[in-house]
Amino acid sequence: MSILQIIFLLAALATLFCAVKVVITTRMMHSAFWLVGALLGIAVLFAMLESRFFVVVQVLVYIGAIAILIIFAVMLTRKIMDENQQRMNQLWGLAFIPAGGVLAGLIYILSRWNAFNTTARTAPVNGEDIEALGKALVSPTGFMLPFEVSSILLLAALIGAIFVSYDRKGGGR
Amino acid sequence: MSFVADPINFIADWLSKLLLGWGLPPDLVMVLLFIIGSGLLATVAMLWVTILIWYERKIIGRIQDRFGPNRVGPYGLFQSIADMIKIFTKEHISPDGVDWFPFTIAPIIAVGAVLAVWAVIPFSANFVGTNLSVGILFILAIGGIGEFGIVFGGWGSNNKYALLSAFRAVAQLISYETPYVICFLIPVMLSGSMNLNDIVKAQDPWFIFLAPLGALIFFITSIAEVGRTPFDLAEAESELVAGFNIEYSGLKFGMFYVGDFLHSFTISLLFAALFLGGWKGPWAEQIPVLGFVYFFIKSSAAYFLVILLRASMPRFRIDQMMDFTWKVLTPLSLTVVSMTALVDKLLPANLIWVRIGGLILLNIIIFIATDRLLDIYWKKPLFQKNNQVEDASKASSVKLGAG
Amino acid sequence: MIPLSWYLIFAAILFCIGLFGVIARRNLMSVLMCLELMLNAVNINLLSFWSYLYGKDLQALVFVAIIFAAAAAETAVGLALIISVYRRRVTVNANDLDMMKG
Repeated sequence: MSILQIIFLLAALATLFCAVKVVITTRMMHSAFWLVGALLGIAVLFAMLESRFFVVVQVLVYIGAIAILIIFAVMLTRKIMDENQQRMNQLWGLAFIPAGGVLAGLIYILSRWNAFNTTARTAPVNGEDIEALGKALVSPTGFMLPFEVSSILLLAALIGAIFVSYDRKGGGR
Repeated sequence: MSFVADPINFIADWLSKLLLGWGLPPDLVMVLLFIIGSGLLATVAMLWVTILIWYERKIIGRIQDRFGPNRVGPYGLFQSIADMIKIFTKEHISPDGVDWFPFTIAPIIAVGAVLAVWAVIPFSANFVGTNLSVGILFILAIGGIGEFGIVFGGWGSNNKYALLSAFRAVAQLISYETPYVICFLIPVMLSGSMNLNDIVKAQDPWFIFLAPLGALIFFITSIAEVGRTPFDLAEAESELVAGFNIEYSGLKFGMFYVGDFLHSFTISLLFAALFLGGWKGPWAEQIPVLGFVYFFIKSSAAYFLVILLRASMPRFRIDQMMDFTWKVLTPLSLTVVSMTALVDKLLPANLIWVRIGGLILLNIIIFIATDRLLDIYWKKPLFQKNNQVEDASKASSVKLGAG
Repeated sequence: MIPLSWYLIFAAILFCIGLFGVIARRNLMSVLMCLELMLNAVNINLLSFWSYLYGKDLQALVFVAIIFAAAAAETAVGLALIISVYRRRVTVNANDLDMMKG
């Protein structure tokens, strides 16, 4: 067992533990905190995959923005769903069937693929070329179209979120 | 390199030769050097906070026409050590019903998130903790984690007021993060790299001359990010409910307090590195210790400005704060960034004085335009629509309200 | 060295934990949080394929960047909808939102 394998196993098991706690915990704030732990574990795995830029983007976007947004929303909707409610639906045992089926199907199909067990990396050792990524995102022969479409998506989400949660009775705030 | 010119690298070299001579593998020597270096940096940072607290108390005292601490030690230099001893020996009171994990880990995150920023700041020409190629993004990400310290502290205290104050503080932080991040882009744009050492090296004219308005917005928003007066509504010290750290006592509160001052100094370090030229100065490349001295002088000057603002301005109300960021700072910073990018591309880069003059002229134009627009459109009466108050004020013929 | 299969199996397990949470949880906020887990599993999958097989190309990186943006947008709109529902019906229980039933 090389040291990289040990680090991978630790990070992966910690992330899976945090993910299971997200699904199982009754109290919503604790579930949000476990989600932050899972996202941090995933950032560690991004670092092991030699993509240094996305480690920082994961912490910045997911933990710094999305997780805080989720915590705010949990606080705003806190009175009703707290300790005394059930956390799962009535037939929650049946949810194992699609989840387990998807898992088994994925692993079976991937294991029949010939490159499933490669250990050779083709990624550059010092992390990806951010300058090339930036140029590709704005060049017309590159990926400018998805870039512009996603900026329109973000604009629509911004306007939509404000419009949906606009409090008309209270005079608008 | 000699010891006098470059002490830190000299000691690092000597230590690594010593450890290699003992027969340790080179990977382990590198890891050990990193651990020792980061431990030393964190210790120096925390000890430096004691001098910072003394500096601040003396200056605020002088502004308020009094002496400041002058009993303990010459000029009151050991006052902070006395305060430290007092905080170390206080009891950790844990209120009933706290969530122990968020309650305990909140001060650790609050201090850790600030110390982590010190890892990427270039202190001299060849002393950086880690030379990350995305240093700026790292600083922003760590700021996001620092907000979690406040959320954990407010939630773990099992106190409604602490929770409300924590949410107001986080709302303030994320609102001011928008112009903060946008103004980080200005040095990145002007120097072409997100590595802080490259940004410092590219500052032939200092970036404060190329983008003074951007530097001003960066300064204001970073003071709001720290949570100092005039933006310290969340933990206002003279209010009855002391904000999200109301239930903390002893060393946990000491950690929040230390984290606050350390964060203020860290943003003045960042301001000096990004806009004031960092360690650049005469002979800074040949004698790195001089670079460290220049950097220290510049960041102390920036910190002095931060203290001046604290001592002289009253604090904002929460709605004034939110209005200021969303209605003024965010559009202004977007305008500054896009106009600076446009003008910088149009001006010839080899004529330095044309470039500086053109960009300063652009900033002056934007500033005057913003000033005029705010005069025309920012009509906010001090009092709400309350007829009795308006009639009374008209009757007494005192002109209240902004025009 | 770590074979590619370890990353893919990890991503599959994370995806199925998220899938289970989306199907089985009652609270709407929980459903959103488990949806974030699924999106992160997809990101891990993409980046592991990039790192092992397509390290010289940029398509995977652009895809991951767009997924970050889309996830942020979707979380924002989803939370706005949940808060709006909470204001009208004072509940975030998925079983109680049955006005279109029958």
